[in-house]
Amino acid sequence: MNITKLTAHEIRDGYKNKAFTVKDVVEAFYKNIDEKDGDIKAYITLCKDNALKEADEKQSIIDGAISNGTFDELPLLYAIPIAIKDNMNTLGVKTTCASKMLENFVSPYDATVIKKIKEEGAIILGKVNMDEFAMGGSCENSAFFATKNPYDLTRVPGGSSGGSSAAVAGDLAPIALGSDTGGSIREPASLCGIVGLKPTYGLVSRYGLVAFASSLDQIGPMSKDVKDAAILLNAIVGHDEMDSTSANIEKKDYTKALINDVKGIRIGIPKEFYGEGLQEEVRVALEKAKDKYKELGAEIVEVSLPFTKYALPTYYVLACAEASSNLGRFDGIRYGYRTQNYESLKDIYKNSRSEGFGKEVKRRILLGTYVLSAGYYDAYYKKAQKVRTAIKEGFDKVFTECDVILTPTCPTTAWKIGAKTENPLEMYLMDLYTVPVNIAGIPGISIPCGKDNDGMPIGMQLLAKHFNEEVLLRTAYTYEMNKEV
Amino acid sequence: MDITRKDVEHIATLSMLNLNEEEIEGYTKDLQNIVSFAEQIQEVNTENVAESAFALDAYNVFRKDEVKESFNRDLLMQNAPSSNGVQYQLPPVIVD
Amino acid sequence: MEYEVIIGLEVHAELSTKTKIYCGCTTEFGGDPNTHCCPVCTGMPGALPVLNEKVVEYAVKAGLATDCKITKNSKQDRKNYFYPDTPRAYQISQFDLPLCVGGGFDITLKDGSTKHIGITRIHIEDDAGKLNHDSYTGGTLVDLNRAGVPLIEIVSEPDMRSAEEAVAYVEKLKGILEYIGVSDCKMQEGSLRADVNLSLRPVGQEKFGTRTETKNLNSFRAIEHSINYEIQRQKEVLEAGGEIFQETRRWDELEGKGFVMRSKEDADDYRYFPEPDLMPIKLTDEYIANIKENLPELPEVRKQRYIQELNLPEYDAGIITTSKALSDFFEDASKECGNPKAVSNWIMTDIIRIARENDIDYKDLPFTAKRFASLIKLIDSGTISNSIGKKVFEEMISENKEPDEIVKEKGLMQISDESAIKEVVDRIVAANPQSIADYKAGKDRALGFLVGQCMKELKGKGNPQIINKLVLEHLQ
Repeated sequence: MNITKLTAHEIRDGYKNKAFTVKDVVEAFYKNIDEKDGDIKAYITLCKDNALKEADEKQSIIDGAISNGTFDELPLLYAIPIAIKDNMNTLGVKTTCASKMLENFVSPYDATVIKKIKEEGAIILGKVNMDEFAMGGSCENSAFFATKNPYDLTRVPGGSSGGSSAAVAGDLAPIALGSDTGGSIREPASLCGIVGLKPTYGLVSRYGLVAFASSLDQIGPMSKDVKDAAILLNAIVGHDEMDSTSANIEKKDYTKALINDVKGIRIGIPKEFYGEGLQEEVRVALEKAKDKYKELGAEIVEVSLPFTKYALPTYYVLACAEASSNLGRFDGIRYGYRTQNYESLKDIYKNSRSEGFGKEVKRRILLGTYVLSAGYYDAYYKKAQKVRTAIKEGFDKVFTECDVILTPTCPTTAWKIGAKTENPLEMYLMDLYTVPVNIAGIPGISIPCGKDNDGMPIGMQLLAKHFNEEVLLRTAYTYEMNKEV
Repeated sequence: MDITRKDVEHIATLSMLNLNEEEIEGYTKDLQNIVSFAEQIQEVNTENVAESAFALDAYNVFRKDEVKESFNRDLLMQNAPSSNGVQYQLPPVIVD
Repeated sequence: MEYEVIIGLEVHAELSTKTKIYCGCTTEFGGDPNTHCCPVCTGMPGALPVLNEKVVEYAVKAGLATDCKITKNSKQDRKNYFYPDTPRAYQISQFDLPLCVGGGFDITLKDGSTKHIGITRIHIEDDAGKLNHDSYTGGTLVDLNRAGVPLIEIVSEPDMRSAEEAVAYVEKLKGILEYIGVSDCKMQEGSLRADVNLSLRPVGQEKFGTRTETKNLNSFRAIEHSINYEIQRQKEVLEAGGEIFQETRRWDELEGKGFVMRSKEDADDYRYFPEPDLMPIKLTDEYIANIKENLPELPEVRKQRYIQELNLPEYDAGIITTSKALSDFFEDASKECGNPKAVSNWIMTDIIRIARENDIDYKDLPFTAKRFASLIKLIDSGTISNSIGKKVFEEMISENKEPDEIVKEKGLMQISDESAIKEVVDRIVAANPQSIADYKAGKDRALGFLVGQCMKELKGKGNPQIINKLVLEHLQ
């Protein structure tokens, strides 16, 4: 048996059946990392010593639990290895955001999600690569190295959570945490053929997630199947008093939504998501998925989201504006990179930031500063805030006509490394279908739905109303259970 | 909206970034393209539409005025590029 | 040319909450550098702010006490700028929807007149850290203990016309904040500080001149001196045909000089935008009404009570009630000794004087109200005279002792033994025949002279009524 091919829930079954020990599992993943990550390059930092130590401790707890018949009471993530996107603070471990700016930054505290998965008993294998400060859709904007798509090492794994998607797809971790500001969980999930869920804004605490765009950022699970996504989601949700934007709602058990049945569920097909720029194979795959749902008893309805085309420009105005402010704190004074080359305070600011940030990060800081600066605020930022309202209302209306929306996750499958690095706008267009979701704050999941002629995975995206993750999981789960392999 | 070199130089100053000649040129072009793309939002009729700062409608998220233990200073300052162990160090700045 | 001075103030008051505005760190003053800190107030990556509910309550209190309207739908905004005392590179403040708008109050001036000063707005924001000079390296050190302490900024209308008005405004404002208990207003610790916006315009001209802003004035003296300096400076520039530049200035009280900190050419563009890490603030009518009902007695109400119930002169009542500490002192001492008129007289002369001379706040007077009341009781009971009372008072400033102890130790007890006094009076009268002649010739001053001589002989301890009576007996 190849342990590294297993899902988290399968690993749990293995623990229960004593098919292998925690140490077997942890070592298997590190062995795979040793062998394959030189090519894939998903990990920035490994937490091997600690993981192996925890493996032994946890095994004795598991042994005890099995012998006194309480194994089922252990949390579902107990002793499950996990990879963490390197923008979540992890006490005593480097949190680099794949930036030279934070290359040596050791977190003085745990992000709330990290606290939660530690309480569950998950074992952190390491911190994985990303586009610098989560700005990008290909993982090529990492200051350290580009991560490769495990399906084809000449292609990108998507981004910004490309390290997370490549780790899961490349069997370097069974599950991973990603973050999604404009598609950064769903797009890499789609490009790497895995499951990625962006929860409703506010469902998962952002405390300790290094902010890109505060009003859009959300942490979510990335996994090999829908069931693991539900399990990991269970572990990380919940109201957090440290995050003012954390929703104060009752906690649900998302594994209860894993029902293999979509009869009566109304699935909306918004024509605006199937227009120009969509790769033909992706369009065909989505067509098939729609037919599958119909066959399974779902009701298919044509819907319209007329403001969709404005989502991307709105997103770049809002996200860059917030980012330009959020990244001001990287000033070379309290932490992070400080230039060698300074005499005055201004030198420290300017040289540290110029030397510490990469090209795309600077581009977005400049754009964000521009749209907030005197004379342009009303035309761009304020206007974008109004368009956000219009986009939200557009979704609200559509969700009176259907329960779930089905769209492609990304207009294309994974592209060649370097193919889109010259033209930022072309890269931004890859977020076309994912960005409206963050603007509206609704949940979205990407699941695999076939492959293109080159064998590259295709992903489809399902969307639902605020805090309606259950219907997403159910719809996704049903497809997963019934798709032709 | 036309973005000029001068605009880029100005916003670079506000953002505390040094740009070399090549970068100024490159970013002027990039920003011009992106801002032109962003111009599309002007087409949306937003008369009588309120601004949304958030996707959610929550408000009054408060904390009780209860003291929590502060952080260990060594832990908090472990990443400081320059400190005397007690305070962060800088070149001379006008001090009030 | 005659110029009119236009002054508007921005006063920053640290709120006396237990914790900082966005995290649970203590607001206690002092402390070892960087020990009242956490990831939130030091701007660590990923840390997020959560608003302290007391800050909203205190700001609304301040607004209601200064007659402001309360903004029911309010929000917080980011003000972006780089400075090492501002760890996130933005201050969280309020831009277009401050919690309180459009209030004001009357100030009393030395000539007894009153004037209304308008308040434009009051908003909440976080304080910055402190930069310290490092004498060891010559560099600068950053201490973030103060970073995140809650502030309210109270912005006045440009209604003031002189340093006296500005000082009276800040005194009154300070009093109000102390009365409602939202700030301890310790100016020497920087918990109340003022920025002065000042411009001149030719008398009769409607358009304002260019203004300068002098920042961070933390004593009444500094406010007064810097204003007078800046008026003079601007006058000289204008009279020499020069131009006033819009600039930020710093005041050095020791040198008695102002300096340019930075000019507007540096292009402040704070890029305000709604703080996406904090949700909007919505206040209900009930919330506001509840705070209003529970406001303590405000200075204006106290003043009227002193005038009507205690018969204090209006001016005295106004001065005493301006400071809560002073007014509380007055009330406590009066209750203790039962002679409010005497306490008020002492406050108006000696207590205000010693506070000014020693630059101390009324809450830090060298004696308690109770101890001061014992002094009044000693005088009222005839144990000591009023003039001996003044001596005892001076001793009480430097010595931590009860007045009766001082009287005993220094042997200042009043002599009321008539036979002892008579002996002295007889001697003095006999030695001054000329004075008797003068008195009989109608020169009343001679009586005072003789009484004074007797008092001198008695080292000030003789009972003045008895001396007076005995001298008169001689003369008649």
